[in-house]
Amino acid sequence: MSILVDEKTQVIVQGITGRDGSFHTQGMLEYGTKVVAGVTPGKGGSMVHGIPVHDSVAEARAATGANTSVIYVPAAYAADAIYEAIDAGVKLVVCISEGLPVNDMIEVYAAVERSSSRLIGPNCPGLISPGKAKVGILPGFIHQPGDVGVVSRSGTLTYQVVDLLTRAGIGQSTCIGIGGDPIIGTNFLDALEMFENDPQTKAVVMIGEIGGTDEQEAARFVKSSMTKPVVGFIAGRTAPPGKRMGHAGAIISGGGGTAQEKTEALNASGIPVARVPSDIPGLVLKVLGRG
Amino acid sequence: MNIHEYQAKDVFAGYGIPVLPGKVATTPDEAARIAAELGGTVVVKAQVHTGGRGKAGGVKLASGPEEARRHAEAILALNIKGHPVRTVLIVPAAEIAKEYYLAVTLDRAAKRPVIIASASGGMDIEEVAHRTPEKIHRFHLDGPGTFRSYQARQVAAKIEPRRSVFPKMAAVLERLVEAYWATDASLVEINPLALTPGGDVLALDAKISIDDNAMYRQPRLAAFREDESEHARMAREMGLSYVPLEGTIGCVVNGAGLAMATMDLIKHYGGEPANFLDIGGSSNPEKVTTAMKIILADPEVKAILFNIFGGITRCDDVARGILLALDGLSIKVPVVVRLTGTNEEAAKAILAQAKAVESADTMDAAVKLVIARAGGPRA
Repeated sequence: MSILVDEKTQVIVQGITGRDGSFHTQGMLEYGTKVVAGVTPGKGGSMVHGIPVHDSVAEARAATGANTSVIYVPAAYAADAIYEAIDAGVKLVVCISEGLPVNDMIEVYAAVERSSSRLIGPNCPGLISPGKAKVGILPGFIHQPGDVGVVSRSGTLTYQVVDLLTRAGIGQSTCIGIGGDPIIGTNFLDALEMFENDPQTKAVVMIGEIGGTDEQEAARFVKSSMTKPVVGFIAGRTAPPGKRMGHAGAIISGGGGTAQEKTEALNASGIPVARVPSDIPGLVLKVLGRG
Repeated sequence: MNIHEYQAKDVFAGYGIPVLPGKVATTPDEAARIAAELGGTVVVKAQVHTGGRGKAGGVKLASGPEEARRHAEAILALNIKGHPVRTVLIVPAAEIAKEYYLAVTLDRAAKRPVIIASASGGMDIEEVAHRTPEKIHRFHLDGPGTFRSYQARQVAAKIEPRRSVFPKMAAVLERLVEAYWATDASLVEINPLALTPGGDVLALDAKISIDDNAMYRQPRLAAFREDESEHARMAREMGLSYVPLEGTIGCVVNGAGLAMATMDLIKHYGGEPANFLDIGGSSNPEKVTTAMKIILADPEVKAILFNIFGGITRCDDVARGILLALDGLSIKVPVVVRLTGTNEEAAKAILAQAKAVESADTMDAAVKLVIARAGGPRA
């Protein structure tokens, strides 16, 4: 088991003829992901890396029955791509594109809520179930199959942590990058709930950062509803208030969203928080009783 | 992105929100001339992208042109929280019977915007929310065009029940909500919204913050952009995310989360980061050289750390950029590099040619080394 994606997952790539879409389609295929169709309006009938391209997600779904899509289109078209995917009945929509206006995401989020689809992202690296499938842009080679779930708001920091885990002999069930924007489709709490229900996952690493209150809500959920241990890390302890640290969501505003608040909330829920990334593997082994 | 009060007032006026006519000046003489034109008592207000102007002496009442000139001279010499004042706004002084607070901002937890309204205007709203939360009224919005007039009246009546006033306030609120959506704002704020003795409502201050991701479709507002420095402009044009800090260790990192974690680790081991700098996903060598240029312009920088985890970013691209920068710029500070991930071996071969660069295998080792090169951990 794993969550959301596995060896059976069939993937549609929205924006497959673009530079990023084409490049990462190749990366997904090399990892063994079943990419079955691409979509670029006006380019139906062509092929990219041997994958047939369709004019719409509905056509791609009708031709393949695929239930997952991954979006690599420019920000100005990304909201439309998400609507198209959910209206076509895609169950899991992974939006890699970054730079979506918040106002667009307010409406997208409401539309996703009304649908039966799940959205991951936007502005995220995607997700991977090591040895089974990757949907997105994560570097596959640092991962190793195992029993630890990883959920994170960032990209390369997740790679850093996964690399440390793998080097310490700790494999992963699924790693999800949920994205660094203020409004995202799947938050920490959603991911934790799925990991709690996944038999393969024995523990979860949650990598948060400054801004917002998602980590605090997740901490309350861990305390009230999770039986599996969680280890935390919060980036941005030294970030000054009022400055956007790259991610649109990573900003300490109105006296809220500091790393200290988040660390305290996690600790109060019994979640050990690593002071530095290199402490994470040791804490994971400890909570798993393997230390 | 934040815009100035005078710009925000123009935007508000365009949506039918009542503001007083004012003009901006960049010299004391200009300020005096505007004060003479307006006549009567005026207010001279510093235009800077930060709060707390009043406390810093950036807002002064002037009874005539001469006093306006003196105040403008003093205010134009101010530096408010690191922001030098380059412009002042001169507006007629309004008579105020009562002050209110109105704003619309994103409520991240609720995934939609929220109206914040209070009868305690003219004060620090966070302070009001903290001390007297019962004086703050909230109303969540759905998408654009969904806020009804009757809802605006309900919110307005909560902060001003008088029938002679609340309908006027409701009209301002409706327009403020419209402006919020139309400008892709993350905050629109009127503090204070004043009630005059004559029964009119007026926005005496105006604040708009715009979602950076939406700037591409807000050309009118994008024209208001003022980079804080030449280096901030260089970084923005190159697609680098850059925030200057106070320390001595320049950082070049790919990815915002890793960049924050790198700053944190530097501090953890006793060093001080000089900046946050994220070179983003696909890093062409030019991005790397621009990043080096920006960092080297900071005289406080004593050493530079590269922390790159190659995923989409290819380590050999970054290594080539470092070589280019070493060739093209005169670099007198030590450079410590940690490159891992995609094309790591090729990168190491490239960097082997550069004697001025020291490599480290792990993030911890790289951070400890760069701190040592910058003069050691703080005592």
